[in-house]
Amino acid sequence: MTALTIEKIHVHCEHCGDLCGQEKVVWHSHYFCCQGCQTVYELLHENELNTYYQLESKPGINRKHLPGSQKYTYLAHPDIMAPLFDFQDTHLAKITLFIPAIHCSSCIWLLENLHRLHEGILHAHVDFPKKKVSITFQMEQLTLRALVELLSTLGYEPEINLATKAIQKTRTDTGLILKIGIAGFCFGNTMLLSLPEYLDAQALISPEYKQFFGYLNLLLAVPVFFYSASDYFMSAWKGLRQRFFNIDVPIALGIIVLFTRSVFEIISGTGAGYIDSLTGLVFFLLIGKWYQSKTYQALSYDRDYQSYFPVAVTVIDRGEEKSVPLQQVQVGDQLLVRHQEIIPADAILLEGDALIDYSFVTGESVPMKKDANDLVYAGGRQIGSSMQIEVQKPVSNSYLTQLWNQEVFRKEPDSKVSSLVNAVSKYFTWGILALSMVTAVFWFFTDSTLIMKTVTSVLIVACPCALALAAPFTFGHTIRLFGKFGLYLKNAEAIEKMAKADQLVFDKTGTITHTNTHYAVFVGKRLTDYEACLLASVVRNSLHPLSQIIYRTLPVNSATYHPENFNEVPGQGICALVDGKEVQLGSDVFVLGEKQGEPGSTKVYVKIDGMVKGYYSLENTYRTHFPQVMRILRKDYKTHLLSGDNDREKEKLTPYFSELHFDQSPVDKLQYLQHLEEQGAYPAMIGDGLNDAGALKQSKLGIAIADQVYHFSPACDAILHAIQFSRLPTYLQFSKTSMRIVKTAFGLSFLYNLVGLSFAVSGLLTPLVAAILMPLSSVSIVGFITLAVNIKARSLFKKPDKNQFFS
Amino acid sequence: MSALYLLIGISLFVAVSFLIAFLWASGSGQYEDDYTPSVRILFDEKLQEKPDQQTKELNQITE
Repeated sequence: MTALTIEKIHVHCEHCGDLCGQEKVVWHSHYFCCQGCQTVYELLHENELNTYYQLESKPGINRKHLPGSQKYTYLAHPDIMAPLFDFQDTHLAKITLFIPAIHCSSCIWLLENLHRLHEGILHAHVDFPKKKVSITFQMEQLTLRALVELLSTLGYEPEINLATKAIQKTRTDTGLILKIGIAGFCFGNTMLLSLPEYLDAQALISPEYKQFFGYLNLLLAVPVFFYSASDYFMSAWKGLRQRFFNIDVPIALGIIVLFTRSVFEIISGTGAGYIDSLTGLVFFLLIGKWYQSKTYQALSYDRDYQSYFPVAVTVIDRGEEKSVPLQQVQVGDQLLVRHQEIIPADAILLEGDALIDYSFVTGESVPMKKDANDLVYAGGRQIGSSMQIEVQKPVSNSYLTQLWNQEVFRKEPDSKVSSLVNAVSKYFTWGILALSMVTAVFWFFTDSTLIMKTVTSVLIVACPCALALAAPFTFGHTIRLFGKFGLYLKNAEAIEKMAKADQLVFDKTGTITHTNTHYAVFVGKRLTDYEACLLASVVRNSLHPLSQIIYRTLPVNSATYHPENFNEVPGQGICALVDGKEVQLGSDVFVLGEKQGEPGSTKVYVKIDGMVKGYYSLENTYRTHFPQVMRILRKDYKTHLLSGDNDREKEKLTPYFSELHFDQSPVDKLQYLQHLEEQGAYPAMIGDGLNDAGALKQSKLGIAIADQVYHFSPACDAILHAIQFSRLPTYLQFSKTSMRIVKTAFGLSFLYNLVGLSFAVSGLLTPLVAAILMPLSSVSIVGFITLAVNIKARSLFKKPDKNQFFS
Repeated sequence: MSALYLLIGISLFVAVSFLIAFLWASGSGQYEDDYTPSVRILFDEKLQEKPDQQTKELNQITE
């Protein structure tokens, strides 16, 4: 392996903050890592938009990899454009674009000042949490394509795909916020009006006022009972219809009893009722619900291949290129696929230098070279130059997209309620029903006038407020904690599933290896320094991705010569004359003149001055701390490896997995997970690509690993940021800790219930006792949980990572 | 003591007007995005031109 020395120049790019490498650009005594960054800086500088660099230090988005100039041609097509707009008339248009690159306050500032860059833009409005920008512009002065290209130039490349089109403008659930607001308002006011009751009411106010306060309280309770608490009645009713006592049954029962008894007491003038407890209870419960429902608005957990595929493709029709929406592509169409574009359907290669990266689709780690008349599969990404293909199968019926026709994708999602809470609430409900019966029987023989009073008191006190808050707050804290360290959960249920998992299934390419950092390993006689210089001088002049990978492995600043007679044959290789020596590198046929080894393998042969020196072979690098992570995980879990790649790395991986399977198709992976579940296992799948989509969906818990969490990742329960891979054991461990905290909090709230019940059965539950006990239990449970989660988190997540990006 | 009725009436009136303000805020989508406005308010606005009358109208149409 060639040693990689990094030159120590600690100059950071003025635009994006990356370390400036060899290619650094200097402009007006500022340093830039690449030409792209410098261009953006210059553009902003000319338009007096320097504030961008003052708000945050080096806020820019790296511009080393610019999108091709043809990328957005399709945006001129009216069929594609129309559904993208929020509003459109003859001269004005409004569009909302999802831009994953939005990351700081400078981004907000620049995007909202876009009108200073182009007069066609009238107004732009950023929604940071959703990473969306709504832009109003004049169609006559600026086309949609030009707008998107302007954004891309600045680094804010919008994500436009079939699924974004399908997504309706979803408003966040304002219902819950309204319910909390109303419950809170009524809670505060009823507390105030009930205050005289807590003190000695007789001495303070006359009975006349007491009645007035009572009726006011009742008025305030009406919206809480009929509106704010309505979800609990509905959920309890649903549970009862399925003959099942969920947690909302005792809650609904408690709320109804509280309300009816208060109505009775106030109207009959026998007491003050428990309106303050009722409104407080509903208020706290709703807050718990809201706290648990933390969602990452900019993340998407339900994507399928449609989000990955392009909106439009370039069809070649009688020698003319035109953009066509993907849905209109038919079998037999001839398509042009450019650098970094995705093959949209299974097709046959007609012509062009095809080097296809299938890592996301099949798990093949190394880009594959294809020859004319070879079959190319949908989902592969073309690298290098353009190629022409002829579509063989409809888009929805390709090797890859067939996966979405499987049974598992039609399955309804599991019930949303935590199974632990449900199990507890079943016994709990029976318990309080039994206890209220016993109380009724007891008082029937002792003092039958008190039956109603004591039985309702039991039901009021037993209302499991603290119990119902335990799980939402623990899960809410855990979701936020995980989010801080790069694991984004879809919902609270994912924590419970994580704690239950007993087997871990890993994908290889992109999951335990890095996605894009291929490393070229030289096989053959070690190159001398002089030979390395010759080679570097040649590959430096080539834009081919393989040349660039090889260039990175060679010593820095070794490209000292200027090659002559430089000749790059597309799809074949390069030959040039350097320092009087002939250097040739490229495919087996090009360099050796004959086929070597298996077809499709990516080897770059090197020949210097007539001597074949050896070849470069591409290898993946494993994620940092991979061996340590697996060593920890193997102690507690059975680990499996399911790879779509061939088994050449089997020996290296055997120590880390109990079972290894190679050459797995997407459907094989799905079936493997099914098989595990049939054996009674509770498997969690960790994968990254489209080929894992079936397995992620089938598994009990699907974790998608992603380098850029806001870009595409297949449907899953959680998205793990790739740099946090080494924390995987910590997350799994903490999910178990979370469950233990929930259980302890359950125990505590039972204690409170016991105390309350002892008041209730003896007929001593006054409104004052209820008003103290209920908030006290809830607040102390929430306090206990917060403390417990933070203490546990501190010991597990010892070193907070400075590289967090979700602040 | 009848002043109490008046006072409670006034206090409820104030409280209810705040509730209505909250309902309006919630209905007009102010809870949709709870982060961006906190950043936007810190931007220096002296260089920024007022948004066009046209834009305002359009926003009204589309909302």
